[in-house]
Amino acid sequence: MNFQDILFYIFSAILIVSALGVITVRNPVYSALLLVLAFVTCAGLWLMLEAEFLAIALVLVYVGAVMVLFLFVVMMLDINLDRLREGFWKWFPFGAVIALIMVAEVSMVLMGKYFGLEEMPAPRPQDADYSNTRELGRLIYTEYVYAFELAAVLLLVAMVTAIALTLRHREDKRSPSPSKQVKVRKEDRIRVVAMPSEKKE
Amino acid sequence: MENIQQQFVEMFGTEWGVMLFSLASNMTFIFAIVIPLLLGVAYLTFAERKIIAYMQIRVGPNRVTFFGIPWLRGWGQPIADAVKAMMKEIIVPTGANKLLFILAPVLTIMPALAAWAVIPFSPELVLADINAGLLYILAMTSMGIYGIIIAGWASNSKYAFLGAMRSAAQVVSYELAMGFALVCVLMMSRSLNLGDIVNGQQGNSLLNWYLIPLFPMFLVYLISGVAETNRAPFDVAEGESEIVAGFHVDYSGMAFTVFFLAEYSNMILVATLTSIMFLGGWLPPVDMEPFTWIPGFIWLLLKIAFILFSSFGFVQPSHTIAMIRS
Repeated sequence: MNFQDILFYIFSAILIVSALGVITVRNPVYSALLLVLAFVTCAGLWLMLEAEFLAIALVLVYVGAVMVLFLFVVMMLDINLDRLREGFWKWFPFGAVIALIMVAEVSMVLMGKYFGLEEMPAPRPQDADYSNTRELGRLIYTEYVYAFELAAVLLLVAMVTAIALTLRHREDKRSPSPSKQVKVRKEDRIRVVAMPSEKKE
Repeated sequence: MENIQQQFVEMFGTEWGVMLFSLASNMTFIFAIVIPLLLGVAYLTFAERKIIAYMQIRVGPNRVTFFGIPWLRGWGQPIADAVKAMMKEIIVPTGANKLLFILAPVLTIMPALAAWAVIPFSPELVLADINAGLLYILAMTSMGIYGIIIAGWASNSKYAFLGAMRSAAQVVSYELAMGFALVCVLMMSRSLNLGDIVNGQQGNSLLNWYLIPLFPMFLVYLISGVAETNRAPFDVAEGESEIVAGFHVDYSGMAFTVFFLAEYSNMILVATLTSIMFLGGWLPPVDMEPFTWIPGFIWLLLKIAFILFSSFGFVQPSHTIAMIRS
């Protein structure tokens, strides 16, 4: 067993334990944080597969942005655990079917020799100066440029929709208008009254 | 270096020897970065207090000295502060979530220190010369929010939670502006490697630095950098008058100091990144005889100090003055 294997087993052990924790832990904040841990260890595994761009993008997007919003929501919710458990048996068959499908898919990958996956040669390790950021960029902007731009437009549409759905104009909003404030002259507001000073008795 | 590696190989066999050697040398490099960084943080607080004091016609810290040497008066202050913080008790509030309460400072300082791994101090002096260096820094700095949110939530106090929400919202939103300013830099340098970004600014003089073509981006980056670190004009997250001090109200002793260290090392990180991306990193301002005598590392330090002074130091007291006047 060499150093990389040990790293792999450490990362995958943490990944499995934290992923189990996400669905078993009672406190929703803990389970969100365990999901963060799962993402980070998963990024570690991807780094070992020489996919450094994807690994860092995973941390940047999911850990740095998506999970922060999750945590925001989870922390501000007042979750009643008993209400959450009510529908468990009702949804159990549905969940069991999905779990079976996932087990079948994973076993197809893991038991590759029965499905002829071993005919795929293992990828050759790349040189140290190989930048898969550059390769990804080249692919995205040449071969997959239409798909990429379509995805970008979809995201833009989604963003515009989200803003349009949540944007509300308040009718009773009062805010100062700087241009009007600047135009105000002293004569409009102040009237200087000349009054004789009172004499001391 | 070669000899030491040879010894490791002899002791542990080829594969393990090479692995353990790289582990040991990396640990040495990490300590060589982190210890000066923490010292730098300590003396940054001292410099800040002194400079602001002089701007406000005060004297500032001028008592603590080393071995009673009179002309070092005040220079012992950061060390004394650190010792004081370590001696103090860490109070965990009764209603707090103990595990997360202790974990939060760790989660704050970890990314603040880990981001330093890819910073090139001179052409050869860099711990991890990775291709996706800039992305790595963005990923690491974006992880810093967790410490803040968790600290606010785990304290189980309304003030801390409000402060955490404020700072998290601020950090998340300014990160976008920061990221897009950096996108412009990497479009000019055509590389995500920080060393290549500096090398792309090489030329006869400072006219080749990205500061000139990307001046608006420089301003955007600097402003959002100040906002990211919750410093002076953007210190609503701290809100002294309404929510006491933000997310770390309930922290005391070393736990508070760790937040403090993270904040200041993030400040130095932002200044370092600004000098690497826009001010030519280790490059001298003019590629001529007297300037090239000074090693690149010193130039980088000078640029960092300049950015720290001009954008993190100056703003602080001028903001105070603005608050007094308003």
